[in-house]
Amino acid sequence: MRLYLKFFSIHFRSAMTYRASFFLSCLGHLLITTNVFLSVVFLLDRFTSVGGYTLPQLALCFAVILSAASLAECFGRGFDAFAKILSQAQFDRMMVRPRSLAFQVLCQDMKPTMLARLLQAVILLVWAVNSGAVAWTPAKALVLALMILCGAALFFGLFLIGAALCFFTMESLEVLNIFTNGPREYGKYPFGIYGRPVLLTLTFLVPLALVQHWPLQYLLGRGPAWYGVLPVVSLLFLIPCVLLWRLGVRHYRSTGS
Amino acid sequence: MKKYLSFFRMRLTAGLQYRAAALAGMSTQFVWGAMEILLYRAFWLEHPERFPMGMEALAAYIWLQQAFLTLFALWNWDFEVLESVKTGSVAYELLRPAGLYSMWMARALAGRLARAALRMVPVLLVSSLIPAPWGLRLQGSPAVFGLFLLSMVLMVLVVCAYSLLIYALTFYVTDPNGLMVLSVAAADLLGGAIVPLPFLPDGLRQAAALSPFGSMQNVPLRIFNGDIPLPEIPAVMGLQIFWILALVTAGYFLTRNGLRRAVILGG
Amino acid sequence: MIEMRGIGKTYRVRRREAGLGNAVRSLFSREYTEIPALRDMTFTIPDGQILGYIGPNGAGKSTTIKILSGILRPDCGTCTVNGLTPWTDRKRHVARLGVVFGQRSQLWWDVPVMESYLLLRDIYRVPEPEFRGNLDRLASLLDLGELLKTPARMLSLGQRMRCEIAAALLHSPQVLFLDEPTIGLDAVSKLQVRQFILEQNRLCGTTVLLTTHDMQDIDALCSRVLLIGKGQLLLDGSTEQIRQNAGENLSTEESVADLYRRFGI
Repeated sequence: MRLYLKFFSIHFRSAMTYRASFFLSCLGHLLITTNVFLSVVFLLDRFTSVGGYTLPQLALCFAVILSAASLAECFGRGFDAFAKILSQAQFDRMMVRPRSLAFQVLCQDMKPTMLARLLQAVILLVWAVNSGAVAWTPAKALVLALMILCGAALFFGLFLIGAALCFFTMESLEVLNIFTNGPREYGKYPFGIYGRPVLLTLTFLVPLALVQHWPLQYLLGRGPAWYGVLPVVSLLFLIPCVLLWRLGVRHYRSTGS
Repeated sequence: MKKYLSFFRMRLTAGLQYRAAALAGMSTQFVWGAMEILLYRAFWLEHPERFPMGMEALAAYIWLQQAFLTLFALWNWDFEVLESVKTGSVAYELLRPAGLYSMWMARALAGRLARAALRMVPVLLVSSLIPAPWGLRLQGSPAVFGLFLLSMVLMVLVVCAYSLLIYALTFYVTDPNGLMVLSVAAADLLGGAIVPLPFLPDGLRQAAALSPFGSMQNVPLRIFNGDIPLPEIPAVMGLQIFWILALVTAGYFLTRNGLRRAVILGG
Repeated sequence: MIEMRGIGKTYRVRRREAGLGNAVRSLFSREYTEIPALRDMTFTIPDGQILGYIGPNGAGKSTTIKILSGILRPDCGTCTVNGLTPWTDRKRHVARLGVVFGQRSQLWWDVPVMESYLLLRDIYRVPEPEFRGNLDRLASLLDLGELLKTPARMLSLGQRMRCEIAAALLHSPQVLFLDEPTIGLDAVSKLQVRQFILEQNRLCGTTVLLTTHDMQDIDALCSRVLLIGKGQLLLDGSTEQIRQNAGENLSTEESVADLYRRFGI
């Protein structure tokens, strides 16, 4: 952990070497998410509600997905950009260091500019939490925290799948964007809005609805309490992700590049 | 003219080599479009009376938007050009027997057309197979379709002229990234990329339509889906032409003056 | 001691012909071309030796290095480095190993070199006194001084190579792999690097495995040379033996070129 923090400080300082572009890139991230949120505001201004949700409730949902995605992108960037690590043969270098490979990949690349987006998500979250959308209890606060943390873990698992596939394809698969960048964008609305097929896909196949749609029902008092436990259940998704990663490493060690 | 054509051909062949990337891009765009339509469907089912256009018109808007994404998007910057201005190596362009501004314009047009040409066909094809009102259907009369094509041409010119203005401003500012980031954000919001303009609140909607961004994808998409009625079309296309003239003039003089400065400074 | 017995490695490369028809066909049946990279590779390197590992491009040098460093798992054969099998005991093995890839940096680009060293200290869990001792020694031998405060991206190639070599030795490894360490260096830097390798070997008894295309490196450093071609060990001996083998009064460079020709590699 200490080592991880040191790596983080190195990445942070590296980014600060190009201070102007660091802040501009933060600004870029901020403006993009602001725009996305404004689109929600404008549509709700016209329609007042969608699928039975009001603006503060949607803001809560958006803040959860945004925090989860920015956490994963800030700290899991090494897996997100793994094709680069592989093509520059940095992975060989990791193999000759006495630390776990996954840990080294995590350390190799981080994206501190994502902290700007995280900050934005937190502000949105604070507003949504105080807006009276939810009658808060300690249990509900805990569920909210679980939604964010397990959500980050799920995004991270998706990065891991992408990275593992890189071992076989040697380039990143853009198609996976549908499940990484995609949910971050359309996760601004509860997945139930998009209809049953989408909800079922995101419940059973890529279980992002387990950290968003279902526990949200519990928070809003529209679903049973066990919906609140679903974020923890979603972590099962990480098992195949990790197995695929291991398989990828094994493949790499038997074929080389 | 011939050299611009050969430039376009080069770009197209280069683009064709990344078939896998294009394929991936297309499937992403397809899912994106579908999610977008599913979202508006939810609004439509709940409050159809507050919908500013028909569902079918909106579906046409979204599918065309996805098909021509690379043509519309302001973030399709030409980083080679930006880099050449920043490093001063742009002065070498004076060695070529072509004006810098027209050369840039040719590059920008070719780059956008080549990328779009690769991606649009499958998206258009698949989306037109989706049943109404969720799929892409030809809206309006052949005359409207003709006007749509014309305004597409004007739209590409507006987008390119805007990018060129940013390249030209790079002669004068140390880091163009700020301008680029702000432009992209403004274009997303005011150009109808995130939400079609008719969905925006009063006031903002009218202001957006008058801005240069409002003369981008907003115009051809809404001519196509019949949201801009026939009598109003000359006015909006006139506005497009006005922005082309204004942006080209500004860009042209800024480039000429900037290049002169770069040469004097010695690159 | 490094020991390789009967190591073999074959790469399977998917064959794909051009054209859409073939692309579709390859979805159903895959044809592989087998490329043997190493065949029955057997050799032993005693502790404290500086060994030159030479051969033309594509002979299997980097495959050997990859197997010895635990990156690649061979198809058959056994291999131990100081009693550990590299690919099964990866972490314990590499903790005692230093590797310099001549063309790739392990220093972090934008921060001073010293920061990279501190990070490596933590990665390898080097105790502070040992780290300080090594750093002082390496800094004076390699004349690092001011370089430690400079970000890696601002170093010249020669300066960077010196810093790279030091980086590989901070955890006092018993075995050092150098993959083309003098490539692209000017005369002064080359001499400096060679001088240092000898010094390190004499003082610490570090075993050095060196791959290079520069025969002057071999002349200056290696007491023994392994020549490989087409994945097979062709010759194992001292530089004198190689020269004798070629006959006449040729330099090492000419002798090796002559050997390449004679073995048809």
